[in-house]
Amino acid sequence: MAETILFVLMAMGALVGAVAIVAARNPVYSAMGLLGTLFSVAVLYVLQLAHLVAAVQVIVYAGAVLTLFLFVIMLIGVDKSEDWDEKLPYQRAFVGGLGGLIVLFAGALTVFGNFDWVPAATNTIPEATNGTIQAIAELLFTDWVLAFEATALLLTIAAAGAIGLAHHRTGQT
Amino acid sequence: MIVAAGWYMALAAALFVIGALGLLLRRNALVMFMCIELMLNAVNLTLISAGRALNDLNGQVAVFFVLVVAAAEVVVGLAIIVAVFRRRATASVDELSELRG
Repeated sequence: MAETILFVLMAMGALVGAVAIVAARNPVYSAMGLLGTLFSVAVLYVLQLAHLVAAVQVIVYAGAVLTLFLFVIMLIGVDKSEDWDEKLPYQRAFVGGLGGLIVLFAGALTVFGNFDWVPAATNTIPEATNGTIQAIAELLFTDWVLAFEATALLLTIAAAGAIGLAHHRTGQT
Repeated sequence: MIVAAGWYMALAAALFVIGALGLLLRRNALVMFMCIELMLNAVNLTLISAGRALNDLNGQVAVFFVLVVAAAEVVVGLAIIVAVFRRRATASVDELSELRG
């Protein structure tokens, strides 16, 4: 019962935040919507016993990524309001209708179709130790070690690329 | 498991579609980036709920890699946005049509 209530609350929070990202005129409000969505999704991770992922989500996304977003928004300037005047009058309405149809389809499949999203899904109760650091680390450093190494390379390249892009060459601009 | 995996999947689908809509509708590069983050989060939620339904930890490990890729993408993307802004003083992708054929 507690899981149901929390799920409904957090799903609503996530959806409201997501709509706020898209609908807000001011990018700062979009960032706040993203913050709400990220926290709600983190709570949903906890509901699914993915405790470590939830912690990492809050630390990395809400801590680092969102701070970076806000920093860039402040750097660029918050008063640059977007021009909503239409050069393409029907496209936005068309895309919005299409998206609504897709969401309705997913909802209808869940509610009415009793759709089997995960074919081999069983009613086994996952162990409480499912999402611990130890359990994940064992997988990470055995089966996924090549991807782990590739990730290190990717992060190095990203950091080097960001420094290269941000480096201001005087006299060249 | 009281809440079935399908509900999590439906929520993830809704979040993904909202993110995709934002990507198509908005013209501010920063907001478009936030929408990409939203879509990545929706996929993460799918992976986690599928992993729980199948009682398999690999879903959670995959989420870690998605997180890392998202972080790297944000770093480079925001650097590009700042570099573009320094030259053109705009964050709207409509203004950036220099590369068209």
